[in-house]
Amino acid sequence: MNTLRGRAAVVGVGETTYYKRGQSPDPEFRLALDAILAACADAGVRPEDVDGFASYSNDRSDPSRLAAALGCRELRFANMQWGGGGGGGSGALANAAAAIAAGLAECVVVFRALAQGQYGRFGQGPRRNTISGEFAHTVPYGLMSPAQMFAMKVVRFMHEHGVQQAALRSIALACYHHAQNNPRAVMYGRPLTADAYDASRWIVEPFHLYDCCLENDGAAAMVLVRAERAQAFDNPGCYLLSAAIGSQHRAGAWVHNTPDYASSSFKTLAPRLFAMAGVVPSDIDVLQSYENFTGGVLMSLVEHGFCEAADCNEFFVEERFLAPAGDLPLNTSGGNLAECYMHGLGLNIEAVRQIYGTSTNQVPGAEVSMVISGPMVTPVSNCIFGSEATL
Amino acid sequence: MSVYLNEGLPIPQASPDGLDAPFWSGLAEHRLLLQRCADCRQWQWGPEWICHRCHSDAVSFEEIEPRGTIYSYERVWHPVHPALEKQGPYLVVLVEIDGAGVRIVGNLLGPPEQLVQIGAPVVGVFEHHKDANPPYSLLQWEIVR
Repeated sequence: MNTLRGRAAVVGVGETTYYKRGQSPDPEFRLALDAILAACADAGVRPEDVDGFASYSNDRSDPSRLAAALGCRELRFANMQWGGGGGGGSGALANAAAAIAAGLAECVVVFRALAQGQYGRFGQGPRRNTISGEFAHTVPYGLMSPAQMFAMKVVRFMHEHGVQQAALRSIALACYHHAQNNPRAVMYGRPLTADAYDASRWIVEPFHLYDCCLENDGAAAMVLVRAERAQAFDNPGCYLLSAAIGSQHRAGAWVHNTPDYASSSFKTLAPRLFAMAGVVPSDIDVLQSYENFTGGVLMSLVEHGFCEAADCNEFFVEERFLAPAGDLPLNTSGGNLAECYMHGLGLNIEAVRQIYGTSTNQVPGAEVSMVISGPMVTPVSNCIFGSEATL
Repeated sequence: MSVYLNEGLPIPQASPDGLDAPFWSGLAEHRLLLQRCADCRQWQWGPEWICHRCHSDAVSFEEIEPRGTIYSYERVWHPVHPALEKQGPYLVVLVEIDGAGVRIVGNLLGPPEQLVQIGAPVVGVFEHHKDANPPYSLLQWEIVR
């Protein structure tokens, strides 16, 4: 059967210290190396045995330089998933697993490295005299940052379905709650209350400050091998059960012209994801859903069938999303809002840690762990991991 | 004539490949020109080299009335560009153009605190920046009362 189900395993994960943007003492490429070495050490993989690299969002750390720096015996796979933001976070895993399943490579590292102090911030508008292309149609009207690009979709979605602000708030509160148990989290020791959320300033309605992801420096990496080899490594088996990449009809039409506008871009992916894994939403033990902005999580959960659009106000309550007792533990590392904005690779790592049993907000007995990467951009991606028992 | 946002944001120019050049020259002439397929008559925005429906390359720019409805909107508070630091809140609207079914972005004229209703009819107001270097024009929107 033509599937990625159970073909590849994540045998190790690692990250650097996560810094507030601009505060990394190290340049971006050094951060990438450190995260890859950490992931290899976690796996018990010798760095020289890595033979492939996969990343996304135009990562600047060139795979040939990485292979040279790490002393890799040979390079067999060097892959970049097209598209910006975190849309490729699970897609890079899919590409790595596909390469492994097809015999192109044996040991592939998926990574993302960011040093915004070295290369500039995401959350700022362009600083130049003139602008052309798609942005010429938005920037002169003051629509230029990611928050501004995506608030327009979320306003429309909330209007269509009568969603109230408290639904967005529940997501932010759950992320910050989980970060308080995660020493890696940038917001560790900085809890968020509902009152503080309500009192926080607007960035762009309906996003308060706490609806928006952080901006960080750091790097994260994951090591994948063929599923048959997973038992030879130290961590418990964590297998990729499925992954999907893409977006709906004309999602990339310029200037906000995709026909199905108020969408996280997952409607066409979700059925493929669940079908390949052979699971349904109620089988998911723990979920990591990329929060560029909380509104993206809202639409992502609806489009993956966790809740009906009409029921968002009842469904989106903080308690449901809290590990260990909630019925859908969400963003258990603190996610992009409160752990670190590493373009969402940290969410994929957290999903794996839930299968390893090593999360700082462990869901007892987690067997099926899902990730939704980069809502509202195109292409987006998602994936599901499972324990050995799920194979 | 007053302008909605403070001066100093990047100035829009036609793409170097010319794809959207008629749109910008149209605004300067007080006209809204959007792309339409000469073969299947489909309106298309943003512009592209071929028609997405019938794949004809006979796509050209046709004038259309600057009227539409508010498809979505947002009130921006946090400035992300130095030119906007003293702006205060402002409204951005996504307008669906009557008769074409395509959307364009602009600002909604009037008080930034106003209640905005999705579906409200709006009419275009051309905003010329003749003293800018280079000069340019934008298309803003106001509620039809």
